[in-house]
Amino acid sequence: MNGLTWNIMLALIWVGMTGNFTGSGMAIGFLLGYLLLGVTLRDVPRFSGYIRKVPRVVRFVFFFLRELVVSNLRVAYDVLTPTDYMRPGVIAVPLDAHTDGEITLLANMISLTPGSLSLDVSTDRRVLYVHMMYLDDPEQAREQIKYFESRLLELLR
Amino acid sequence: MTTDYVTFGLELATAVFMLVGALFMLLAGLGALRMPDLLMRMHATTKAGALGSGVIMVAVAIHFGEAGVTTRAVAITLFIMLTSPVAAHVIARAGYFTGTPMWSRIVRDELKGKYDRDNHTLDTPPRYKLKATADESTAPAPDAPSESQPEKQKPDDSTP
Repeated sequence: MNGLTWNIMLALIWVGMTGNFTGSGMAIGFLLGYLLLGVTLRDVPRFSGYIRKVPRVVRFVFFFLRELVVSNLRVAYDVLTPTDYMRPGVIAVPLDAHTDGEITLLANMISLTPGSLSLDVSTDRRVLYVHMMYLDDPEQAREQIKYFESRLLELLR
Repeated sequence: MTTDYVTFGLELATAVFMLVGALFMLLAGLGALRMPDLLMRMHATTKAGALGSGVIMVAVAIHFGEAGVTTRAVAITLFIMLTSPVAAHVIARAGYFTGTPMWSRIVRDELKGKYDRDNHTLDTPPRYKLKATADESTAPAPDAPSESQPEKQKPDDSTP
């Protein structure tokens, strides 16, 4: 990731020039460096990927944090109320992610989002087995996980 | 005068984050006690445990207010979020191999019969197999898909 190294270098230059060796100084330098790269090198193909990805990563982090809080409120509700209406089940989700890193990240994210827990990947890496807390419609649950996967993969590729 | 308000606000935020984190940890423990089977217990402990410790780390970062402590708190949160789902996966897998019973009211189990007990490989359901390999495998071993098919059918039939 060449854009990232350039951005870090610009942030370090900012920190050096202002003499403000703190986390907030580094953050300001990073932001200014990103804006500079975004304005000047927008059309250079080597940097355009990085420039497009940074807002997506920020949005994904907030999306993920919201999912994490929602999942915890739901688990809290489940733990404190009777278990009668739960409909657990295990489904197989076909994977578009292929490398080890992609599959690991996806499985971790699935485990931390509402109502789903990743169990295992098949040996040929075609499917991920996921345990769902409320399995009303298997196809709908699959689509939900595929949507999550597509959001993750557009960041990694 | 204003610094009094600031310190009071920070103390209040610390206290609130500590309490919320502790509450989620308590819920994780309660979930491990109350949920009906192993997999559902892992749901409670993975999610509530990860968020609970993360929120407590936020309280720690606010209380100390130093860059060194904050970076360590962020690192701890990240590592817990990376490792707790892996632990859940390994425990669930071990539970499957040792034959821990699932809850009687489970709706669907597509994992059933897919583990090979001898070499610990995990099979893919026939509908998701690669087209090319499926065509190759039908000629030499026609019994392999037909063997896994009724296994997959069983939970579907028992549900209604």
